[in-house]
Amino acid sequence: METLRKQPWSLWWMQARCIARIEVRRNLLTWKAAWIYFLAFVPTAIIAIHALFDRSHHALTDDTNVLAGIVQFYYIRLGIFFGCLGIFSRLIRGEMIERSLHFYLLAPVRREVLLLAKFAAGVFGAVLLFGSAIVVDFAFMYASFGADGQDYMFNGPGLAQLQAYLAVVVLGCVGYGAVFLLLSMMFRNPMPAAMLVLGWEAINPVMPSLLQKISVASYLKHLMPITVPGEGLFALLTVQTDPVRGWVAATGLLLLAAVVLAYSCIRIRTIEIRYTTE
Amino acid sequence: MTAGDRIVFEDVSKFYGEVLGVNRVSLSLPPGVTTLVGPNGSGKTTLMNLMTGLVQPSSGRISVLGLTPGDPNEFFREVGYCTQFDSFPRGLTGWDFVFDSLLLHGMGSANASKLACEALERVGLMEAARRKIAGYSKGMRQKIRLAQSIAHHPQVLVLDEPLNGLDPMARAESLALFEELSRLGMHLIISSHILDEVDRISDRVVLITGGYLVAEGNIHAVRSEVRDKPMQVLIRCDRPELLASRMFTLNHCVEARLHSDGHGVFLRTTDIDEFYRLLNGIATEGLVNIEAVAPADDDTHAIYQYLIGSEGGAS
Repeated sequence: METLRKQPWSLWWMQARCIARIEVRRNLLTWKAAWIYFLAFVPTAIIAIHALFDRSHHALTDDTNVLAGIVQFYYIRLGIFFGCLGIFSRLIRGEMIERSLHFYLLAPVRREVLLLAKFAAGVFGAVLLFGSAIVVDFAFMYASFGADGQDYMFNGPGLAQLQAYLAVVVLGCVGYGAVFLLLSMMFRNPMPAAMLVLGWEAINPVMPSLLQKISVASYLKHLMPITVPGEGLFALLTVQTDPVRGWVAATGLLLLAAVVLAYSCIRIRTIEIRYTTE
Repeated sequence: MTAGDRIVFEDVSKFYGEVLGVNRVSLSLPPGVTTLVGPNGSGKTTLMNLMTGLVQPSSGRISVLGLTPGDPNEFFREVGYCTQFDSFPRGLTGWDFVFDSLLLHGMGSANASKLACEALERVGLMEAARRKIAGYSKGMRQKIRLAQSIAHHPQVLVLDEPLNGLDPMARAESLALFEELSRLGMHLIISSHILDEVDRISDRVVLITGGYLVAEGNIHAVRSEVRDKPMQVLIRCDRPELLASRMFTLNHCVEARLHSDGHGVFLRTTDIDEFYRLLNGIATEGLVNIEAVAPADDDTHAIYQYLIGSEGGAS
């Protein structure tokens, strides 16, 4: 305890904020991130087109289910998954490929602080993109219902659902971010490993309950305010697990991310700069 | 001088898989300018990367002023490394690059700004500081790396090919800067293939080839240890032909060559002590008026050629 108290926490905090600020500026405000913006806002564009040009009558509950399906099948299983793969793989591996990681490794910053600050910047960027996309999705979806939509949002369950979806986005970015950050340090090309993770997430529901705990999607499933049953191909993207309380699922996911990050911190201590072999 | 003032390698080896980086290197470098000399792939950059923790030794120990890269907060306050990697984080201006690196030291904006200005002015890049690095010439990129490595006033400056890409004027300015930093008591570890220029400011040389340390120490001392190679001496005098003929009769004098201006002669000898004794004798005879005597091949370039030259080009 005494040793912990003696650590230069204020310096580490200052360095972490500085690194996170640099990373957000470098990674979020760049043309190379355009495809992640595309991933985040494709459903928004489709919902907006429907809201503006589709004059046929829809029931509000139907559209609520459509929105739940978009979050469940698109954002969680594809958008956030691949968005986080792009964002978090770039943080360490991308800098090794671009031969610029050594500037950080030659700074007076503990490598663990560097890794966690980069991770925080990645989470901030991913949550900002996907969170704002879902907020705008809600706005377009319920604005087209006029007063009924407004009533559903502010006097009905709409706001609570939005909060739950945002929580799912945050936890999804934390979970997938931690996994992809580690994979990018372990493999020169993390894509095959990411595909294995995608496959694992798909077959996870048929695994024993202990193995189900090693899955980001299975935790997120318990936090969804509305569950849409998967049919046909969507059934492959549907996770059916034993029911778990929301706070247990959130804590479980955070613990999983913490374990993965702790292992990443150990790995980054031994990372070497050998750009010629990258 | 204690280990706390020195850069110390203790029996350090580095293997990249089965490929040898450096093998059983032991060094103890005092302050001043140390030049690393060796062919391409000889292990110079590996030594520098080991020193700064970019790669970890397979065996042995390294300390820089008693510090190790395992404690980066302390270590990198004292060490600056100007690498030869010609790549930068995307989208940065020269100013961002230097300023951001200073913020990582935990400095406030005002202090970081002051030090960034000072470093950029020192390398003559203040005017271009607000431009994106992506638009810099090779020489400017070299300078901005140098600025970043000296901005925090380190005690140890590691420079991997710091003169690459610089025009003659910028080279002269950089060398003057290195000399100035050396006079302030800093350690400068330089690898450069522009040996003639670096030689002027070097206090000692480390020769390395194939990952093995070949020689190390003061340039003149290293040269005198290379006894199997005849030493070359330039003698400035009024009658070089006469001096050459007298000296060439000695059996340890193996080569004589007149200087192109006709006012001197280069002589090679296998016994330098006997050579100087006989030269004194000739001078006292009064037949030849000797103006100056100077070793002509105890520079880094000559030592490199003698010890390593046959194995590859200079790097």
